[in-house]
Amino acid sequence: MTGAGEVQSERTRLAVAGARATVAVALRNQPRRDVILHALFAGLLLLAILLALAGLAALLIQALVRGAPALGPDLFTNVPSTINPEQAGFRPAIIGSLELIAGVILFVVPIGVGAAIYLEEYADKTRWWNRVIEVNIQNLAAVPSIIYGILGLAFIVRGPLDLGFILAAGSLTLALLVLPVVIIAGREAIRAVPDSIRQGSLALGATRWQTIRHQVLPAAIPGVATGVILAVSRALGEAAPLLLVGAVVFITFDPTPFSADGYSALPVQIFQYATRPQEAFQELAFAGVIVMLVVLLAMNSFAIWLRNRYERRW
Amino acid sequence: MDASGSGAEGPGGQTASRLQAPGRRLGEKTIEVMLALCGVLSVLTTTAIVISLVGPTIGFFQLVPIGDFLFGTEWTPQFEPPSFGVLEIVVGTLNVTLWAMVFAIPIGLGAAIYLSEYAAPRVRKTVKPILEILAGIPTVAIGIFAVSFLLPEVIQRFWPGDFLGGAVGKPFMALAAGLGVGLMIVPIIASISEDAMSAVPRGLREGAYAMGATRMEVATRVVFPAALSGIVASVVLAISRAVGETMIVVLAAGSNPNLTFNPVESIQAMTAYIATTATGDISTGSVDYKSVFAVGTVLFVMTLAMNMLSIRLVRRYREVYE
Repeated sequence: MTGAGEVQSERTRLAVAGARATVAVALRNQPRRDVILHALFAGLLLLAILLALAGLAALLIQALVRGAPALGPDLFTNVPSTINPEQAGFRPAIIGSLELIAGVILFVVPIGVGAAIYLEEYADKTRWWNRVIEVNIQNLAAVPSIIYGILGLAFIVRGPLDLGFILAAGSLTLALLVLPVVIIAGREAIRAVPDSIRQGSLALGATRWQTIRHQVLPAAIPGVATGVILAVSRALGEAAPLLLVGAVVFITFDPTPFSADGYSALPVQIFQYATRPQEAFQELAFAGVIVMLVVLLAMNSFAIWLRNRYERRW
Repeated sequence: MDASGSGAEGPGGQTASRLQAPGRRLGEKTIEVMLALCGVLSVLTTTAIVISLVGPTIGFFQLVPIGDFLFGTEWTPQFEPPSFGVLEIVVGTLNVTLWAMVFAIPIGLGAAIYLSEYAAPRVRKTVKPILEILAGIPTVAIGIFAVSFLLPEVIQRFWPGDFLGGAVGKPFMALAAGLGVGLMIVPIIASISEDAMSAVPRGLREGAYAMGATRMEVATRVVFPAALSGIVASVVLAISRAVGETMIVVLAAGSNPNLTFNPVESIQAMTAYIATTATGDISTGSVDYKSVFAVGTVLFVMTLAMNMLSIRLVRRYREVYE
C-alpha cells in the first residue's frame, strides 16, 4: 500500500512538474508585443476609473471648500431670502424635498417592482401587448426629464388631472420620471435569478406566486434595491421638471402636500442661489449642495450595505 | 427514505391528481392582473406625454409655418418679428452631447471592464458604490461644478491658446457643459455595463482561460460581446440622458443660440430653452408657451428615434444563457 502510494505520488509529482514547466515555457514565449499591449490595456482601464473618481473627488472638495463658510444650523432653520444672503437658509426647500421623495417612494416601489415581476415572470413575450409594454418602458427610460416636466404641466397640473401647482403634482411627476429606472433594474435583477431556482420551487409544489414571493424576489432584492437607490437619488436631485410644475423658490413657510400656496425643493433652491452673482449666494448654493449630498449619502449608504450584504454571483 | 415510501401509497392516477390545484386559485389570478396593471401604467404615461405635446404643438404650427421651424437656422423668439428656426438649438444640444460622449464612453466602459474583469472583489465592492454615489449626484451640483471649476480650472487652464477661438474670458461654453454631462453619465455607462458583464456566466470565462486566452482577450472577446446588449443599452441610456439633460446645460453652456459644434462657444440647448421659458408666469396661449411644446416634441422624437434604434440593436446582438 505505502510502496504503491509512493510510486503514485512520485509519478504525480513528475507530471505536475512537467506540466508546470511546459506552461512556464509557453508563457515566456508570449510575444513581447502582447505583454506590453496587455499591460497598456490594464493601465488604460485603471486610468479610466481613476479619472471618474478624480472628477467625483474634485466636485466634493470644491463644494466643501466653497460652501463651508455658509454651513451651520441656520441653513436648516432659516427661510430663503433675496436680499440678505447672510440670513437665508433652506428650511422650506428641505421639507419640500423630503415630502416629494416620500411620495415618489410610495408610488414607485410597488408599481415598479410589480411591473418588473409581470414582465419577467408572467408576460407571454409572443403577445403583442406585452411587447408594447416592454418597448414602451425602454423608451420611457430615455425620455428627457424636462419632457416629464411638460407632461406634469400639461397633464397633472393642468389638463385632465388638474391638481394645480401643488407639491403632490410635483411628486407624481417625479415618480413617473423615475418609474422606468425601477422597472428596468427590477427586471435585470429578476432575470439574473437562474431558472433552476424557479423550477426547483415549482417542482416542490409551490404556486407561481409562492415561487416569486419566496424564491425569486428575495434573490433579486439586491438588484431591485440598486434600482430604487438610483431612482430615488435621481428624483431627489432633479430640478428641471420641478421648474415647470410649480416649485417656486422664495417661500417662507413649510410646504404641505396638497396646499395651493406653493412649494419648494432643495435642488431648485440651490439652482436659484447659484445663478445669483454675489459670492454670499454662491456660498449658500454650495452649502445647499453639501446638505443635499449628505442626505443622499445617508440614504445610499444603507441601501448599498444592504445590497453588498446579500449580493451573490450564480 | 420516508418520502419515497409515501409516494408509493396510491396508484399513479391519484398522484397525478394531487398535482392539480384543488380550486381555481383566484388569488394567483388577481395578483397577475394587478401586476399587469402596473405594466399598463407605463403605456398610459407615454400616451399622456404624446397627448400633452401634440395639442399645443399643432397650435404652434398654426402660428409659425412648420418649414420655418424645422429648417430655419435662426432661433430668436425674443426679437420682433421672432424667428423660430429650431436647428440652431438642436445643434446646441448635439454639440454638448458630442463632447460628453467623447469623454464618457471610453471612461465608462474602461471602468466597467476594470471592475468586472480586473479588480479584486474587495476593490469592486468599494469602487462600485462610489461610482453609484457619482450617479446620484444631482445635476444641479454638477452644473455648478462645471461652470465654477471645470470651466476656469480645467478647460481655460489647459486649452491650447487661440485654438478654435480660444477659451479665455468666456463665462459659458459647450465644452464645460459637455464635461459636466460626461461626468454625469460615466457612472450610468459604468454601472449598467458592469452589471451586464458580471452576469456573463463564469463558465464562458473559464472556458476561454482554459484554452489559453489572456485576461485581455477574455475581457474583449468573450465577456464584452456576451454583455453587448447591456453595454449598448447603457450607452444609449447615457446618450439620451445627455440630450435631455437640463440643469448642467442651463448653468454651464449659456443661453445664446449658436449653430456650431465648436466646443468653446456658448450655445443654447433645447432643454435650456424649455427650462428658461416655461418657468414663472408665462401666459398659456402665447407663442412662447406653445413653442416650448414644439421644442419638447422635437426632443421627444429625437430620443424616441434613438431608442427604437437601440432596442433593435440590442435584439440583434443579444445572446441568451442558461
